[in-house]
Amino acid sequence: MSGGAVLELEGITKRFGALVANDDVTLSLKKGEVLALLGENGAGKTTLMNILFGHYAADAGEVRVEGRPLPPGKPRAAIAAGVGMVHQHFTLAGNLTVLENIVIGSEPLWKVGSDRDGAARKLMQLSATFGLPVDPEARVGDLSVGERQRVEILKALYRDARILILDEPTAVLARPEAEQLFRILRGMAQGGLSIIFISHKLHEVMGASDRVVVLRGGRVVAERATAETNPAELAELMVGRAVARPKREAHAAGAPVVVAKGLSASAGGGMALDAVDFEVRTGEILGIVGVSGNGQAMLGRVLSGLARLDAGTITFDGRDIARITPRAAVRMGIGRVPEDRHAEGVVGDLAVWENAVLERVRDFSRWGFVRRRAAEAHAAGLIARFDIRGAGPATRTRLLSGGNMQKLILGRNLAAGPRFLLANQPTRGLDEGAIAAVHQELLMARSEGAAILLISEDLEEAVGLSDRLQAISKGRLSEPIAAEEVDARRLGLMMAGVWETRDAV
Amino acid sequence: MMEALDILTTASLWAAVLRIATPLIFGVLGALICERAGVLNLGIEGIMTMGAMVGWLTVYWGGDLWAGLAMAVLAGMAMGWLHAMLTVPLGLSQHVSGLGITLLASALAYYLYRLWVQVGDLPPTIEPFQPWPIPGLSAIPFLGDVVFTQTPPTYVALILVGLVAWMLARTPMGLALRMTGENPHAVEAQGLNPVRIRIWAVMVGSGIMALGGAFLTTAAFNSFFPGMVQGRGWICIALVVFASWRPGKALLGALLFALFDAFQLRLQTVVEGVPYQLFLMAPYVLSIVALILVARRARVPEALMQPYRRGER
Repeated sequence: MSGGAVLELEGITKRFGALVANDDVTLSLKKGEVLALLGENGAGKTTLMNILFGHYAADAGEVRVEGRPLPPGKPRAAIAAGVGMVHQHFTLAGNLTVLENIVIGSEPLWKVGSDRDGAARKLMQLSATFGLPVDPEARVGDLSVGERQRVEILKALYRDARILILDEPTAVLARPEAEQLFRILRGMAQGGLSIIFISHKLHEVMGASDRVVVLRGGRVVAERATAETNPAELAELMVGRAVARPKREAHAAGAPVVVAKGLSASAGGGMALDAVDFEVRTGEILGIVGVSGNGQAMLGRVLSGLARLDAGTITFDGRDIARITPRAAVRMGIGRVPEDRHAEGVVGDLAVWENAVLERVRDFSRWGFVRRRAAEAHAAGLIARFDIRGAGPATRTRLLSGGNMQKLILGRNLAAGPRFLLANQPTRGLDEGAIAAVHQELLMARSEGAAILLISEDLEEAVGLSDRLQAISKGRLSEPIAAEEVDARRLGLMMAGVWETRDAV
Repeated sequence: MMEALDILTTASLWAAVLRIATPLIFGVLGALICERAGVLNLGIEGIMTMGAMVGWLTVYWGGDLWAGLAMAVLAGMAMGWLHAMLTVPLGLSQHVSGLGITLLASALAYYLYRLWVQVGDLPPTIEPFQPWPIPGLSAIPFLGDVVFTQTPPTYVALILVGLVAWMLARTPMGLALRMTGENPHAVEAQGLNPVRIRIWAVMVGSGIMALGGAFLTTAAFNSFFPGMVQGRGWICIALVVFASWRPGKALLGALLFALFDAFQLRLQTVVEGVPYQLFLMAPYVLSIVALILVARRARVPEALMQPYRRGER
């Protein structure tokens, strides 16, 4: 046993059918250390952590906590040994209170009555110690994602976790929330907790960890002290080859394609959009940046014909599309990449070819019958042209990785040569390789003359791709500014709702 | 018209309300426990029939009335076990399995009854539970006649409402049960076994449903005959929604339905010139109206009817 290791994984191997998710993985964690587990989607990070926590039993290998082996496949044993896990998809019940979500499982089931006051006291004490404020009586469903994550972390701490595992903790957080989370984790590590966090975001790994273990194809390919590496090296290790996001080349935009004036819409009683103006021109990308929950979702819904405006006009090539339906949007050549690709982008249980032609099935049918061969050929064309990996036309779409699913959605839209493309959070949750591919496609569509509205929370992406930027804050949109004039401070102010109008373009 | 309203002030009406409500209270509590753990149990109609038959038969064969209730609970739990096995570890459609259980349990109950009991012109009878006035309390004017001069199973039902409410809200077991109905993955992540919790919840819930059936044959009537559950199980399924999955409101819903039922029965004798079928329909129509008014705001257990498979989401 190596000196000071609180946690060791040795020779972990896990297969799902023919797929080897983890192949002889060995790693260790020291007390008070923050270890980043870096890898692309599908590299086996989550599987590994699920084995560690006992959700899965490994086919081979052993997990040891403080030198003692953990019985495989028993979350209860992992908790008892002091391992706490913050899942990527929160394991919370929205209808129950914060306190209820936290205490479940901590008392014997057959106990008569429950010590609520004692539990609330312990929770408040933890909350104060670690700087994680919560209201124990609040309903979890009413909390923001950031607050929910605090509850998840407190849940682990409440069970006296000394080793904390966080699976993609920032996937759902905006940048400031993520930074705050890492400050808190750093404090915990100084207090003696040992932390593993899973990520595929390089800047997080560089900023928050002591040591990095890189996983690719289920194997550990490298281990580095964070201080002795750099993002470029990590990116290459993670992807297995050098990747760089494509660069936008300046070119002049053409005539306005989509012009929106005074858009207002309400959702759930509150104002979702408040007198929003913008125009998107041919051959340009207009980026809408902002912290999530400021009206982006509603803007996307309005432009796709899924929500009604209270006021305002939108024209597309001079035609009024304020009350457009999704079907009309497809027919007019408006492409849409929805925010949630699983819920709105594809039907997971249908085959790739079915999803490929779903929007325009009429073009692929005759006498009311689908011309399956033509549709499959079309899908095969998309797969080849857009480099959709791990799929044939007959593959069930659910089995695609997020990046490949997104390439399918993009491809389906771009193949039709849209005049206007709405790309709503097109790279959310994708890994570095897939992001580069999506960016490449968007820039290509731009140079072919499409007008693109990019809604993104990823500033690097928005600034890198957009010709002009507008910030959205509390449903209001700033005046556009040219991407060349953007600096971090100004963009930060704009996203906070502070903007001046003097140098609009 | 005044006569009709006068009925509402009689103790006998309100005593009847409580009597009619008793099987519904058992049924709705049982269904509620299953659903709070995330399993819809449409087997209820059959489970109540089975409970009615087994409870009656135990007494007919010389058992004690309480032994009859106990056997009904066991029979209900057996049917619940079957439903749980099909829907929880195997993850089959809860609707299909539930309807199957209803058909199976009712048919089995009738079959066993015909097999084991000689039926003449009239179905054989037993000596049922008699009203048991609670000493002291039954002397209270009006309330004593209504609440405290009932048969013992009615008292059991009322106590059970409080017990289930307390269990759900105040014990670790209740919390685990509710959490299983909201998000079984969260239960697993906290080191508990959601599959086991669901199986037990369905079995206990089904046992309580069966008590509702047994009440019919050992207290409300004194014999068993086909069709006697008369859709009470389905009413309970609706009442759970009406009650927003809360035991206190479930009691209220059962009483409300029973009030409509008891009132229409008496109205039939008072009001003339209206086809009696219209009165028979009234409680059901009013239930649907009440459901529409109340249930739109109900907070459904999030994982209701979602099979739980380990490691999948």
